[in-house]
Amino acid sequence: MSYSQSHLLGIEPLSPTDITAILDLADQYVDLNRRDIKHSDALAGLTQINMFFENSTRTQASFELAGKRLGADVMSMAMQASSIKKGETLIDTALTLNAMHPDLLVVRHPHSGAVDLLAQKVNCAVLNAGDGRHEHPTQALLDALTIRRAKGRLHRLSIAICGDIAHSRVARSNILLLGKMENRVRLVGPPTLMPSQIGQFGVEVYEDMREGLRDVDVVMMLRLQRERMDGGFIPSEREYYHRYGLDAEKLSYAKEDAIVMHPGPMNRGVEIDGEIADDINRSVIQEQVEMGVAVRMAAMDLLARNLRAKPAEVMA
Amino acid sequence: MKTHFTNARLIDPENGTDRIGALRVEDGVIKSVVYDDAPTDDAETVDCGGKCLAPGIVDIGVKVCEPGERHKESYKSAGLAAAAGGITTMVTRPDTLPATDSPETLEFVARRANEAAPVNVLPMAALTKGRAGREMTEIGFLLDAGAVAFTDCDHVVTDTKVFSRALTYARSLGALVIAHPQEPTLSAGAAATSGKFASLRGLPAVSPMAERMGLDRDIALLEMTGARYHADQITTARALPALERAKKNGLDITAGTSIHHLTLNELDVADYRTFFKVKPPLRSEDDRQAVIAALRDGLIDTISSMHTPQDEESKRLPFEEAASGAVALETFLPAALRLYHASDLDLPTLFRAMALNPAKRLGLASGRLAPGAPADLILFDADAPFVLDRWKLNSKSKNTPFDGARMQGKVKATYVAGQCVFEAS
Repeated sequence: MSYSQSHLLGIEPLSPTDITAILDLADQYVDLNRRDIKHSDALAGLTQINMFFENSTRTQASFELAGKRLGADVMSMAMQASSIKKGETLIDTALTLNAMHPDLLVVRHPHSGAVDLLAQKVNCAVLNAGDGRHEHPTQALLDALTIRRAKGRLHRLSIAICGDIAHSRVARSNILLLGKMENRVRLVGPPTLMPSQIGQFGVEVYEDMREGLRDVDVVMMLRLQRERMDGGFIPSEREYYHRYGLDAEKLSYAKEDAIVMHPGPMNRGVEIDGEIADDINRSVIQEQVEMGVAVRMAAMDLLARNLRAKPAEVMA
Repeated sequence: MKTHFTNARLIDPENGTDRIGALRVEDGVIKSVVYDDAPTDDAETVDCGGKCLAPGIVDIGVKVCEPGERHKESYKSAGLAAAAGGITTMVTRPDTLPATDSPETLEFVARRANEAAPVNVLPMAALTKGRAGREMTEIGFLLDAGAVAFTDCDHVVTDTKVFSRALTYARSLGALVIAHPQEPTLSAGAAATSGKFASLRGLPAVSPMAERMGLDRDIALLEMTGARYHADQITTARALPALERAKKNGLDITAGTSIHHLTLNELDVADYRTFFKVKPPLRSEDDRQAVIAALRDGLIDTISSMHTPQDEESKRLPFEEAASGAVALETFLPAALRLYHASDLDLPTLFRAMALNPAKRLGLASGRLAPGAPADLILFDADAPFVLDRWKLNSKSKNTPFDGARMQGKVKATYVAGQCVFEAS
């Protein structure tokens, strides 16, 4: 089991072996997390700093819990409220924190590429917790783990990703990951919410949701990011729900055992019908949250192993 | 004073020739050009050793950050950079702080420039006050004060009525208007050109169609007003047919492009390298090839450096937040020579676009190797290889996309009106 990178900035630089290494270790952490005593010392003595330049509840909580369960010293900073307001640049903030010798830096930022930039300026392992519309690698990894556990494999599956693809970093990371693992990926949504030339990413694009869901194994819904809708991508929420909201009728086009996923937080009645979200036979939305903690534990554990291996290499 | 340049590879953009000959300069003016080695007399002789002697570059659209941001670039530093880069005439942009939109500011700029820069500096003035697109500037007074063209730079005058009146008024004075063809509501917030690369990187992007829409509107207004018009940067294949039609219809229109759009494409941005963020954003390789072909055919008239100094702070930011623009005075020639070494364009064609055409458009006598033209000349070795080190640039700002790039072509000497203003050590 080996992970070749010194950061987790995106799915793009990962090989299938890297992905499998994270998922295999995450499986072990799922077991740990289900025990009474949910603790390991894998990150003991290490310092983890969470820097969130954008609001987040679940991702931040998940990273925080993951670090604590592995014995790291965890500090979370809500960056919106702090120095950014005082005019400090991203790099100065990063250098300031770097001087405190963190080992793991978890970063979310509203601009694409900001986490890559930061990773160039610090000498600890950086985990991307979402940058702009670019990538959200731990979300794609937790989705992959959920699929692998529900379907027994992570290849040769037909997976539909539905909704606001254009503004979604979750979609980009999932397209890359599922493609690397040799699955068929379909994108379903109105053309105003599709990135340009997305067809060149090795995916099939559908504007009709029923056609798009026909015989798929996995239906992955995306949040309709209302806060990013700075002008008329869709006529109204109700028309969107009518054409692209997941209800029982549309879901009936998918395979009978198809699972339903959503990265959360859900807009019930906008992109997904409440009953489907709660249907324990179809929805794996709660499992996704559970896998999130395990995947983040695995990713940080593997990065920490690489950190510790570094001085040894130098000495050898 | 008399100088005789012998054994020179003369690059003559007017006649489209590239051959060994000799050139004689008297009192700052080219006296004769001969292709059989004439005997020298009392003149000082410069043996060019078979290297290229070409008209100095006339660069329309150089940003010097005076007044306002002298820490980014001053007339002194820009002048040194221009001399070292073989640019003998800088036509400067009015997007300063405050904008160069009044005769008083223009006079300040002209005085500073003449004191500090060893090359010719010709200032442009804003077309509208504060480049805000609402009221036209004092075009008549500004012409008298020495403005060679009127432009709001990358600000588009969105109010069509304001723009049409400014064009009409400028026409009555014979003033040249330079515009940035772009549909600004479509390109608002964009940091990249829409396509696979921008989608992969998750960057807000603009369709190349926005350039054509802007150009189409401007062409319609030219038909209406008959103004003299130059498009600052045509960078996409889609805009070319409209430009071709406008020229065929006899409108007084010319077009330029930037050296960066000719030599780089969107993929060079790679992992969010902000030194590659320019305006308009870098385009696809297909667009780049189409623009090179248009330059070869003469459809696009000029190449500019679009020299835009930015300090480190404004570039060391996430890509979307980072400032646009690149310094280019000293990399202009070696970058252009990439097109020569790639057999895309020959040297006379390059100098037609870098010297002859811009000079003609501004009504200057320079840009030619002809008797009577000012002796603004550059002597360069088109083949000499080097690796660019941005910290060695004369510009105060070091934001070049060519840092660490392997390039070919070194300026050996630059002459303005027969005087040597730069000599390579």
